[in-house]
Amino acid sequence: MNITYFLTKFARALITMLLVVTFVFVVLRITGDPAQTILPEDTTEEERQEFREMWDLDKPLHVQYLRYWKNLFHGSMGKSYRDKREVSQIMAERLPKTVYLMSLSILLSVIIAIPLGVKAALNRNTFIDRLSMSTAVFGFSMPNFFLGILLILLFSVKLKLLPSSGSDTWKHIILPLITSSVAHIGSYSRFTRSTMLSVMNKPYIRTATATGLSRNSVIYGHALPNAAIPIVTIVGTSIGRIISGSIVIETVFAWPGVGRLLVTSVGSRDMAVVQAIVLFLSISIVTANLAVDILYGFLDPRIRTRKGGK
Amino acid sequence: MLKQLNQETFLQGLFRKVPPLILISIAWLVFIIITAIFHKQLMPMDYRTTDLLNRIAPPAFMGGDSKFLLGSDALGRDTLSRLIRSIYTSLTIAFIGSIITAVLGTIVGFIAAHFKGIVDEILMTLVDFQYAMPFMIMALLVLAFFGNNIVLFILLLGIQGWMRFARLARGMALSAQEDGYAVAVKQLGATPFRIYLRHIFPNVSNIIIVQFTLNFPEKIIVETSLSFIGLGIQPPETSLGSMMSYGRNYLMGEWWLAVIPGIVIFLTTLAMSLVGDWVRDNLDPTVVK
Repeated sequence: MNITYFLTKFARALITMLLVVTFVFVVLRITGDPAQTILPEDTTEEERQEFREMWDLDKPLHVQYLRYWKNLFHGSMGKSYRDKREVSQIMAERLPKTVYLMSLSILLSVIIAIPLGVKAALNRNTFIDRLSMSTAVFGFSMPNFFLGILLILLFSVKLKLLPSSGSDTWKHIILPLITSSVAHIGSYSRFTRSTMLSVMNKPYIRTATATGLSRNSVIYGHALPNAAIPIVTIVGTSIGRIISGSIVIETVFAWPGVGRLLVTSVGSRDMAVVQAIVLFLSISIVTANLAVDILYGFLDPRIRTRKGGK
Repeated sequence: MLKQLNQETFLQGLFRKVPPLILISIAWLVFIIITAIFHKQLMPMDYRTTDLLNRIAPPAFMGGDSKFLLGSDALGRDTLSRLIRSIYTSLTIAFIGSIITAVLGTIVGFIAAHFKGIVDEILMTLVDFQYAMPFMIMALLVLAFFGNNIVLFILLLGIQGWMRFARLARGMALSAQEDGYAVAVKQLGATPFRIYLRHIFPNVSNIIIVQFTLNFPEKIIVETSLSFIGLGIQPPETSLGSMMSYGRNYLMGEWWLAVIPGIVIFLTTLAMSLVGDWVRDNLDPTVVK
């Protein structure tokens, strides 16, 4: 077991988080006095002074920076300008909605894309192959907000089958789910296809076939496990794109999640909320990437055992 | 001599065998680019002129009259004129943004490759950071704090995707440094600036061009997405994304207000990615067919 591999990855993740938090800190300071920008306009001068003392805004920069970290660890990120509540409380309400939509979307994409990609790789230049490739090109060029609008026009306006906004019943999730999954199905299946193609050309597959194994056990017992490693990576590293996508999709379908909250907060310059969401999303992405790296290490024994680990 | 050879392979690559789908895509792109360049001459009326007597006029293909070929919006503004203006805005912004990205990324890559050591480490950590941090989130943070203006918006778009150029340029420069020609001009006493600009860059430009054609459609999608959620191009200026955002309020009846700009975005990004992929397959020596 190579501990260096995990430590390197862990250190990288920590550095990235450090950079994210610092980036937010810097942006906040260079735009002026946070007591002016982050607090609501109707705050009294006493409250502002209190805020300055709490965040040590009158102290030297390095003290402020340390204090900023300390406050983050205590989960205190200020109050929302619009509804005067603690940001952490608002996040706790909105977050489950986003997690619900995103995790279903990843699940659906993986369930559809991987068999599609494998099928396409095994049946090159057939209908299924072209289908998976066209989905990929389509998903890449189709802006998700346009796809969302087309789906609303078809299913909500024309057929009157599904609601176009909100999140009250299970029917509400169908359109946002399809919209957010199409692009990922495309990219995952294209990637699965190319990975499977290169794995199927490897000598060990030829050896496995030569030993008289059935085609199915060659594919599912030997080829797919080897292809799984890069596929896991691509799914994990697409978390960032999924989060970016959810910002737009939640706006199209008025889905009451974090993404939509971010957009409205940016619009009304509700800084405390923006800061909290940005930090939260970035840290989730870094964690997801770290998880992929660690999983990668478990899936591929060569990485675990390699000396030095890179 | 070397430059001559390069151009020949470039042209050969370009005119080898062009599949029909690529030809159609190129034709569409030429059409869109001409529209953008001659937008002033092509607009039937000013894109800001309101005509309250002709509000929500249907487009000609839906039985409207010929004054508003693509209909008008709730303020009586001509959709066709707004569409042409939006094509100009979206394309120009995406183009300037892509150039900034390519230049910035390439320079960072070259600097990392030239200085190596600690400079390289720092720059590559930044690259990793950018890979981990979605552009959209960074953009929203900056827009929230600085407010929106067009210069900031373009600069911001210029950041999207820079890390891919940086990584590519660094890798290419590192291997080029070992090549005979770079070593030779260095020993002749050329300054590093001259070596990178006059000798290494021309040799890696194919890869940079390919990356540019792949980055460009992404830029259009990012710009239109931000404008769609109301944080990009602000009225009275108009972009394809803000037109769609406006049209979204009229889906129940006047669906074309959102669908027409949507189709233009889709066809343009589709054509660009098809052409981009095709160019990559024909230009990029690292792609094994």
